[in-house]
Amino acid sequence: MSRTLIAGGRVIDPSQKLDRVTNLLIEDGRIAAYDVAPNGQDLTIDARGKIVAPGLIDMHVHLREPGREEDETIKTGTAAALAGGFTSIACMPNTEPPIDTQAQVEFVQHQAALAGHCNVYVVACVSKNREGKELAELGQLVQAGAVAFTDDGSPVYDAELMRRAFEYALMFDKPILNHAEVRELTSGGVMHEGLVSLLLGLSGMPAAAEDAMVSRDIVLAEATGGRIHIMHISSGGSVEVVRRAKRRAVRVTTEVCPHHFTLNDECLRSFDSNFKMSPPLRSASDVEACIAGLVDGTIDVICTDHAPHALEKKMQELDQAPFGIVGLETALGLVGTRLVQAGHLTWPQALEKMTINPARVLGIDKGTLAVGADADITIIDPDRRWTVDTSRFASKSSNSPFAGWVLTGRADTVIVGGKVKHQAERG
Amino acid sequence: MSTEVGEASTMSAAWTRRHLLGLEDLSAEELILILDTAASFKEATGGCKKKLPSLTGRTCANLFFEPSTRTRTSFSLAARRLGADTVDFSSSGSSLSKGETFIDTAKNIEAMGVDVVVVRHRTPGTPHLLAQNLACSVINAGDGPHEHPTQGLLDIMTVREQLGRIDGLTVALVGDIAHSRTARSNIWGLKKLGAHVIVCGPSTLVSPLWREVGVEVSHNLDAILPRCDVLNLLRIQFERQTTRPFPSVREYAHLYAMNRERLAKAKEDILILAPGPINRGVELTPEVADGPHSVILEQVTNGLAVRMAVLWLICGAL
Repeated sequence: MSRTLIAGGRVIDPSQKLDRVTNLLIEDGRIAAYDVAPNGQDLTIDARGKIVAPGLIDMHVHLREPGREEDETIKTGTAAALAGGFTSIACMPNTEPPIDTQAQVEFVQHQAALAGHCNVYVVACVSKNREGKELAELGQLVQAGAVAFTDDGSPVYDAELMRRAFEYALMFDKPILNHAEVRELTSGGVMHEGLVSLLLGLSGMPAAAEDAMVSRDIVLAEATGGRIHIMHISSGGSVEVVRRAKRRAVRVTTEVCPHHFTLNDECLRSFDSNFKMSPPLRSASDVEACIAGLVDGTIDVICTDHAPHALEKKMQELDQAPFGIVGLETALGLVGTRLVQAGHLTWPQALEKMTINPARVLGIDKGTLAVGADADITIIDPDRRWTVDTSRFASKSSNSPFAGWVLTGRADTVIVGGKVKHQAERG
Repeated sequence: MSTEVGEASTMSAAWTRRHLLGLEDLSAEELILILDTAASFKEATGGCKKKLPSLTGRTCANLFFEPSTRTRTSFSLAARRLGADTVDFSSSGSSLSKGETFIDTAKNIEAMGVDVVVVRHRTPGTPHLLAQNLACSVINAGDGPHEHPTQGLLDIMTVREQLGRIDGLTVALVGDIAHSRTARSNIWGLKKLGAHVIVCGPSTLVSPLWREVGVEVSHNLDAILPRCDVLNLLRIQFERQTTRPFPSVREYAHLYAMNRERLAKAKEDILILAPGPINRGVELTPEVADGPHSVILEQVTNGLAVRMAVLWLICGAL
């Protein structure tokens, strides 16, 4: 029997409304007991001055494998997850080929097991070949282990298909995750439509393109009783649409990425393609609205939309460069700096959106430190100031706009199933 | 070197920029320095016709990733008038079609010993990206709808030459503001030199957000016309429009074309500019284009003068 004691840390577990300094015992890969005195355990981890949290969950990650291994692999992506403090991630199916069959789901699970880093949950396609025409075999995909469905990268465009997806997924109690974008309004766009895009002469992607699709999705979810999870919300209008829907008890949840509560469209003045993502960096008032949505609970989840792209792809003209940035290794620092240190959220509030909330959206037994749960634990040094150095990323790609930023808060020790999988460098 | 250009050389102490990427970043002093230098060159070369040895031994490369006749010719001629060697590169028939990235293409051309790269590209920010990646100087000759600084400068030079000042003038930019780099460069340059700028055109092509940077927005040419000292008629950029922003060319011409009837309602000494190429009958009718208020051909000559000045200042600052 292997026993590890995490001693003297501030244990924050939003799933149990727990926030106190205590010793936590792990036995055989599970949470065994609280308030245990040091007594000949195999390993004692000194967590004094640190936060002991349920292992962080990122429910929106692009691992790129199969098909685009030049950007990321399941091995490098899961290593990046650990380095960022994540013990579980959900990966998106817009690979080549897309993850729309049992065999594809099993391939990802197998590669993740071989890598042996963090837990990987597969989000599978809504439609066959991610073409938006007919439903993928959702039942078979659930049997293989898919936790949710999305055609991410693209919206499920056809309203009838979306309705059917909601209805059908109800049988399995799985959510549909939608990338909300009305494509006719964003065609050729590279950034948020507003004063900055006007001055730079860059084609815009108006917030209305997101708001209109969020509204449609909510109406369809309400009509069918289905579960909609709005991916990477970025506009104040969409936050308000979700807020009102929640008041009507529509089964809607949503997520926001650190870049959307940190950066705004002014960044594009640099013409740096590391500021190009979809949805785009929006106006300063949209950033405020996203933070307000986090504060009042409209936004349930903080995720990264980790979207690695090889350097040569990003080193192109702004209209040719692909959308997206890497996020796994900067998310926790940005949460610590932009949300907690800035006074918008407490650590328990922020961690709720990175642990139990995404676990509930995906319906997975994670995100808790309840006795008996898997011992997935992230020990966070909330005061650690560090400089983002993309050359030291575990990710295969370095397309981050945060290079050189000084952040506060970093994962110190990352434990998956009772085993220490990552230890931050000292200094 | 003539005395006039000698005077310009004493002024170049104030010029420190290695690149000219847009007019938004320039100060009024820098703008005036370019305009004065251009005027000196124009005079010293007898209206941009004679050659000077000011840039002998320098090489300028024209990198045009988008079709252009007059701007490319103007830059080439400006460089040659100053004794520089020129290299022309256009994307058709180059390695770009073989999949090489434009940065690699530019680096290859730079490696041939180029001092200045003049770049035109369909995408805003591409000259800025080149400036970050090349050791030589970069001049923006038009980056999508963003900026076209030498076009802005030649328009302003023409107005200044004809009317003697910029400060206090009311200048209307009419037409496809949304897709016009000429409009943006004019806006920044004119405002810094004290003009009142109006943007006028269909509401689908003229955003109300322009008001936020101190520009007057109008959709009614007839209403603003009596107040204007200068009209700059911008071409409708059909090739950049992804959706139809107005119902028909006929309707556009009805609302915005500068014709004899409208000219009668304008100030007597109104100046009419058009950056060309013009769609005759759409932005303006032939009798206006070829009439006494039009300075379209003066603009072309001043384009040479401005480009000589910019090349010379940039090379002096190398």
